[in-house]
Amino acid sequence: MTPALPAESWLERVPLTVRDLVTGLFPAPWRWLAGSVLAILAVVLGFGLLFTLLTLVERKALGRMQNRPGPNRTGPFGLLQPIADGIKLLVKEDIVPFAADRPLHFLAPVVLVAFTLLTFAVIPYGRHLLPVDLDAAVLFFFAAGAATELAVFMAGWSSHNKYSLLAAMRALAQLISYELPLLLAVVPEVMRAGSLSTAAIVAAQGRWTLGILPHWSVATPGGAAAFLIFMTAALAESNRSPFDLPEAESELIAGHLTEYSGFKYALFFLAEYLGMTALCAMAVTLFLGGWQAPCVFLQFVPSYVWFFLKLAALLALLIWIRGTLPRLRLDQLMRLSWKFLVPLALINLGTVAFWQLSAGWEPLPARAARWAVALLLVLGPFVALGQRLGAGVGPRRYRYAPA
Amino acid sequence: MTAVLVIVAVCTLAAAAVAFALRPLVHSALCLVLAWAGVAAFYLWAGAEFLAFAQVLVYVGAISMVVLFAVLLTRRQSGEGDSRVAGAARRVAAGLAVAALVAGVLGRAVLAVPPASAPVAPPTLGVRQLGGELADGHAAALLAAGALLTVALIGAVVLAAGDAGRHGEDPP
Repeated sequence: MTPALPAESWLERVPLTVRDLVTGLFPAPWRWLAGSVLAILAVVLGFGLLFTLLTLVERKALGRMQNRPGPNRTGPFGLLQPIADGIKLLVKEDIVPFAADRPLHFLAPVVLVAFTLLTFAVIPYGRHLLPVDLDAAVLFFFAAGAATELAVFMAGWSSHNKYSLLAAMRALAQLISYELPLLLAVVPEVMRAGSLSTAAIVAAQGRWTLGILPHWSVATPGGAAAFLIFMTAALAESNRSPFDLPEAESELIAGHLTEYSGFKYALFFLAEYLGMTALCAMAVTLFLGGWQAPCVFLQFVPSYVWFFLKLAALLALLIWIRGTLPRLRLDQLMRLSWKFLVPLALINLGTVAFWQLSAGWEPLPARAARWAVALLLVLGPFVALGQRLGAGVGPRRYRYAPA
Repeated sequence: MTAVLVIVAVCTLAAAAVAFALRPLVHSALCLVLAWAGVAAFYLWAGAEFLAFAQVLVYVGAISMVVLFAVLLTRRQSGEGDSRVAGAARRVAAGLAVAALVAGVLGRAVLAVPPASAPVAPPTLGVRQLGGELADGHAAALLAAGALLTVALIGAVVLAAGDAGRHGEDPP
């Protein structure tokens, strides 16, 4: 049952108060514009800052996992390292190859960052913190994300370098392959909430059993499966390890980024981290209850604190995965998407449909049966497909390498 | 509001015009993508939010990739655009014929609607109503399209799964 909302604390209303204070400085006809500019500034500055922090945390954490200290020379505990990196990249020479297609070479990083930033517009960061409340917000998110594929192509083609072009086509193949499971994993949440609006999807998860068990969609069998599929595909979409083949620093030159240097390279880096953050924020919104508190009695903590705690947890998980798993080969990558994730996501649609239709099964045995059937529908295909995934594919033998 | 429409229309038409005037095929393809984005902007102007985002997702995200891959995989090594010189007249005629056909169909569809006698308020259609409309009146068509696409998707997966044995091994 939905408990009566406690009176909102002043902390919960701080963003609204700040907005009213700032927009109050402007004449009334311009207030909406001031409010929008304020929201844009908050998103760009906030996530820009998060990006610098994330690079440092990632390097530190990876260092610890690999038994080395990580950056520790610039400032106390290496805290000023991101600033030093930023200055270095800003003052580096910007080299454009002679044969490069100059306008496209320049436009690629700009398009990439612009469209990645657009995706942040529809994420509800808190109860009162939703920059743009669209009716089709989820669709907007993925439409803006899809345009980044174009930027990857532009970067690879305009460099006029065969390695860049080949790597860009590989990157595109990966992005397109994993777009499908990503979108299919979102459909269950849309079915559950009956809406494409992110605010409605979060609101649909705002209930608790006994006040301590949240009704987040990840707590249902179908939702958990969709969450895992979504996160796997999100790793691949943001070129993160173990799917970082497009620009595998240690074995390819740098993929489609080969001919980029200085600040343009930094922009690609920025877009990669922003894209990863945006996908994690979407995962929090769709599966982890968005800004909802995990327990009723914890609702005194402001909603945006919960959102950013969950976001930080997911980002830490991604860094942990990068420190743990080795990189996949291209054929393994494709096989995982087309033969495993896509069929699982399709079957999961049926599972969630069953879960929604059986929502009225109230008596205890019926509820147990509901859980059993749903778990079977999730785990059965997972095991069956997982066993078939590696069937017939022996260890790879290399012609010119020692056995 | 009309000024926005004029800007969007001019940008879209200019992008389309540049697309078939340009020599490098990849530039033409990218201009075509810009034209598709312009169409999405027009949908947004007309208040069809869902359609606009779907247009971006499908055309700018997916179809553009098909076009670009096609251009890259069929490109001739010796200079781009050479092949356009031969048989230019026939190509122009074919293009004009297709354009006339599309214009005819669109014109017929537009003329079939009686002109409104009084200015009508633009309908505000949410995603929910759109879905209701699709599932209510056009359920059969929607199901057929969905079944077709699912079969195509499963078929692609089955085709890909067929040659599993050949993967991952070099002949010794």
